[in-house]
Amino acid sequence: MATYRSFKDIDWAMLVLTLTLCMIGILQIYSATHDSIWKDAWWKQIIYVVTGLMLMWIIMTIDYHTLLGQVPILYIVLIVLLIVTFIMGKKVFGASRWIPMPLGFRLQISEFAKLVIVLMVARCLTELKGDTVELWDLLRLIALVGLPMVLVMKQPDLGTSLTYLPALIVGIFLAGLRWQYVLGFVVLLAISIPIGWPLLLPYQKARLATMVDPYADPHGTGYQVIQSKIAVGQGGMWGRGATHGTQTQLRFLPVPHTDFIFSTFAEEHGFVGVVVTMGLYFLLLMQLVQNAQTAPDRAGMYICMGVASVFLFHILVNVGMVVGQMPVTGIPLPLLSSGGSSMWSMFLMLGLVNNVRLRRFVN
Amino acid sequence: MPIFTAKTRDPHFDLQDKPPLRDDDAKFASNKITVFQYITVAIFLFLIAGFWRLQVQDVTAYREAADRNRIKSLPLPAPRGKILDRDGRVIVDNHSTFSAILSRSNFKEEHLPSIAEGLHMDMEEMESRLKRFKNQPSYQTVFIKEGLTPGEIQFVESHNDQDTFPELELIHSSKRMYPQYGVAAHVLGYTGEMSEAELSTPDFAQFNQGDVIGKAGIERYYNDILMGQDGVKSVIVDNKGQIQETLSNTQAIPGKTIQLTLDLDIQIVAELVLGGRRGSVVVLDPRNGEILAMVSSPTYDPNKFAGRIRKADWAQIINNPDNPLLNRAIQAQLAPGSTFKPIVAMAGLEAGVITENTTFFCPGSATFYGHTYKCHSRHGSVSLRYALAQSCDVYFYNVGNLLGIDKLAEYAGMTGLGQKTNVDLPSEKSGILPSTQWKARQVRTKWFGGETISVAIGQGALIVTPLQLAAAVGGIAVGGIWPKPHLLKDQAHVDPSRKADWQPNHILNVVGGMYSVVNDNFGTATAARLPGIEFCGKTGTAQLASNDYLAKHKEIKDNAWFVGFAPRVNPEIAIVALFEAGEHGKDASVIARNVAKAYFDKKARTRRPPQVAYLPFSRRTVDN
Repeated sequence: MATYRSFKDIDWAMLVLTLTLCMIGILQIYSATHDSIWKDAWWKQIIYVVTGLMLMWIIMTIDYHTLLGQVPILYIVLIVLLIVTFIMGKKVFGASRWIPMPLGFRLQISEFAKLVIVLMVARCLTELKGDTVELWDLLRLIALVGLPMVLVMKQPDLGTSLTYLPALIVGIFLAGLRWQYVLGFVVLLAISIPIGWPLLLPYQKARLATMVDPYADPHGTGYQVIQSKIAVGQGGMWGRGATHGTQTQLRFLPVPHTDFIFSTFAEEHGFVGVVVTMGLYFLLLMQLVQNAQTAPDRAGMYICMGVASVFLFHILVNVGMVVGQMPVTGIPLPLLSSGGSSMWSMFLMLGLVNNVRLRRFVN
Repeated sequence: MPIFTAKTRDPHFDLQDKPPLRDDDAKFASNKITVFQYITVAIFLFLIAGFWRLQVQDVTAYREAADRNRIKSLPLPAPRGKILDRDGRVIVDNHSTFSAILSRSNFKEEHLPSIAEGLHMDMEEMESRLKRFKNQPSYQTVFIKEGLTPGEIQFVESHNDQDTFPELELIHSSKRMYPQYGVAAHVLGYTGEMSEAELSTPDFAQFNQGDVIGKAGIERYYNDILMGQDGVKSVIVDNKGQIQETLSNTQAIPGKTIQLTLDLDIQIVAELVLGGRRGSVVVLDPRNGEILAMVSSPTYDPNKFAGRIRKADWAQIINNPDNPLLNRAIQAQLAPGSTFKPIVAMAGLEAGVITENTTFFCPGSATFYGHTYKCHSRHGSVSLRYALAQSCDVYFYNVGNLLGIDKLAEYAGMTGLGQKTNVDLPSEKSGILPSTQWKARQVRTKWFGGETISVAIGQGALIVTPLQLAAAVGGIAVGGIWPKPHLLKDQAHVDPSRKADWQPNHILNVVGGMYSVVNDNFGTATAARLPGIEFCGKTGTAQLASNDYLAKHKEIKDNAWFVGFAPRVNPEIAIVALFEAGEHGKDASVIARNVAKAYFDKKARTRRPPQVAYLPFSRRTVDN
C-alpha cells in the first residue's frame, strides 16, 4: 500500500542552505566574468541549478534500496562510459575528460562516478557478514573503487580520481576496521611513496612541489597559487566589493569562475564573507551528518555519510588550494564553481540524502 | 502520486530477506559519526585559519603584492618587408622609432588633455583616435603617437608611473621610410591605420582595427607579403611602471622583402626630367613587361602617411587641385592625340585598306560626312612614312574612314587599349576604346561616321592611360607581343602575353615612320634625337575640348604626349611621356629622350660595379 510522503519530509534546511550557496556562486560567477569571454557562465549556471533541482527531485522518487539493487548495472555503465570518455573524449586543456553531447553540452562522466561510488560502497558495506571489514572485503572494495580511479587518473585527472577515496575511507572507518589493517596500510603507504613518486606525471609532481613552496616556480605551476593567495590577501577583512576585486577583474587568475572561484569571492567579500560562506558549508555538512544519524538503516547511513565525506573532501581540497594549503588539483567547489556536470552530480548526491531522509520513518 | 514511490523494499535487494547476520542498527556507528563531526570542525578551522593569515594577519604584505601586480600587454609591432629595386637597392625601409600607446583597461578620461599636451597632439585628434576603438575589447591598446621626439619620449617615461598616467606606455616600433621628395610615391603607395570604413570591406576582412596596412600602390597590392604578424609581450609592472617580470612573449614575425622591376636610377631621372610638372612618364621593357620607371607628377611625400597621418598633412594633399594622390600612369584617362596614329597605321596596313605606298592628298583640311576637319598644315601628297613623321591628320582621317570604327577598335584592342593592363597596382583605370558596340551599350545612341574621323587622330571618345599607351606601342615595336606590364621582379612572365599575327613588313613600315618622327629632318620630334641610338616615337598634342570651346577658353591648354621606343631594331625600352597642358608633343618628346638617354648611359656603364642610388633617403632623425 502506497504511503504518501509530504513535502514536509524534505530536508528544508538543507535545501535552503544549498540554494543560498548556489546563489552566492551565481553572483560570484557573474562578478568574476562579466567582462570576459566567459560572460555567459552565470546564466548557464542558473540553468544548471534548475536542472540540478529537477534531477534531485527525480532521484528522490526512486527508493534508495532500488538504487542499491541496481548498483552492479550502474557500476558497469560507469566503467563503460569512462572507457568511452577515455577513447572519444574531447581533448580540452590537454585532458580528455568530457563526452560531447548535443547542443554543445559536454558531460564529465568522472563527476557522476562519485554518485555511483557512494552507492556501491554503501551496498558493499551493508552486505558485510562480520562486525569489522575483513581483508577480503577490504581488497574487494579497494579493487572496485580502484578501477574507476585508474580510468580517471589516466585521463589524466588525478584530482577527480582522488574524490572517490573519501567515501571509501569514511565508509570503512564507520564499518569498523582492525587496527592491524590500519597499521599495515600506513606501512604500505610509507613504502609506496618513494616507489610511487617517479610514476607521477611531471605536472603532478610540480603541483605537489608547489604546495610546499609556490615561489620556487612563480610563473609555472606556482603562478596560480601565488595569484590566488594575493587575491585572497587583497580582500582583507571586508573585501573589495563585488566586481571590484582587482586581481579578479584584471585576469591575474586564469579561469576565475571554476576552480578558483573562492579566491575571487575572498577578494571581493573579505574574511567576513569567507566566514559566512564557510559557515553555510559547515551547516550543510552537519545537516548531511544529521540525516545519517536518523537514517532508517545502515545502507541509508552509509549513503548520507558517503555524500558528506565527498562534500567535505571537495571543500577541504578546493578551499585549501585557494589559500595555498593544498596542491592545485582542479577539484571544483561544490555548488559554487561553474560547471554543469559537477553541479548535477552534487544535486544528485543531495537528492540521495533526501531520499534516505524521506524514508526514515518507514516500518 | 506516486511522487514518492510506495515501495520501500526492493525485491532485488531486500535487506530484510537476507539472513540477519547482525542487527541492522543504523545507530551502531554513532560514535564514529561524532568523530567525523569533530574532524569536520577541525578541517573548517584549519581552512579559516588560512584565510585569517592571508586576509587579516598579513594583509598589508598581500595588498602590496597586489599593487605590484599590474599586467600590461605591450604590442610588438612587426616590421613590414623592405621594397628593393631591380638592382637590389633598398627603396623602402623601416627605421626604429618610439611610439606612445594608451592601455584602455585603466585609462582615465581626465588624463587625456595633459597627455595630449605632453605629446604635442590635438585633443580633437586624440579623441577621434580613441573613439575608433570604442567597440574593441578593452585589453587592446591604442597607438596615440608614432615617431616621438626625444622630448616626447622623456615626457612618457617620466609620467607613466602608477600615480600619474599609468595608462601611458612607450614601445618600440618601426616606421616606414620612403624615398624623399616623393620619388616613386605612386608606385610604392603608403601604409595607414585601418579605417572604420575599411573594416567592413572584404579586402580588409582579415585585419583588425588599428592594424597598419598598405593603402595604395605596391604597399597595398602586395600587402599580404609585406605585412608581418604583430607579436605581444605581457609583462608585470610595478607601481613605478617598471617591468618586473615578463610573463609571455610572442615574437613578431616580420614581413617579407620584395624586389621590384623598378630601376631607381631611371626612376629618379624621369622624376627630375618631368620636374614636378603635371604629367607622367612610364618606362617599360616591351620584351617582358617589366616596368623600369613609373612617374606621376605632382607627387606627395608618403613619409607623412607612414603609419598614422596627421590631419593637417592629409588636408593639404587632399585639397591640392592637381590631385597628387592620383597615379596618372594608370589612372589618368586622356585622349592620346596623334600618339594613336601608329596604331591606326598598323590597323590600316593589317586590314588591307592601305599599303606602305598609299598616298593621300592633304590640302590642309578634309571634309567627311558634311563636316570639315582641319590639319595643322598643308602637307600635299603624303605617304605613310611622311604622314607619321609629319603627323598629317588628313592622311589618318582617310585611313580611319576606310577602316571604319569597328575595324579600328578591333586592331587597337589587340594592343591592349581600352582594357586594364592588369599591372600589379590597385585601382587601375581601363580607358575607353570606342566602337559602335561600346556606344550602343554606354551611350545608347548610334555611332556617327564623323566620330570615326576624330578617333582616327586620337581624339573623340578615345581615352587611354599612359601605361596602356607605352605597352601598346612597345608591343608593336617588338613584333606584336604584349606581355603583361608588372612591377614585381620574381614573377615568371613568359605568358600570358597577348600576341597578334601581324606581318613583319607592316610592323617595319610603322616602326620606320616612327623612326622618321625623331630622326628625319621633317619629323615632329627632331629634338628627341639621341646620338648613336635609334630612338623612335610619335608625338601627340591632344585637345581636351572642341576647337570652338578652346577658342573661348584660352586657359585650357593641350596635353603633350610622346610615345617611343629604342633602339629601332630589337627594342629594349618603351617610353611614354605625358606633359599635361604642355601644348605641343615636342615638349614631351624631350622628356622621353632624356629618360631614354639615362637608360642607355646606364647600360654603357653597367660593366662597372653597381652604383648606389644617389638620392639620399631621409635621415634617421625623429620626425616632427
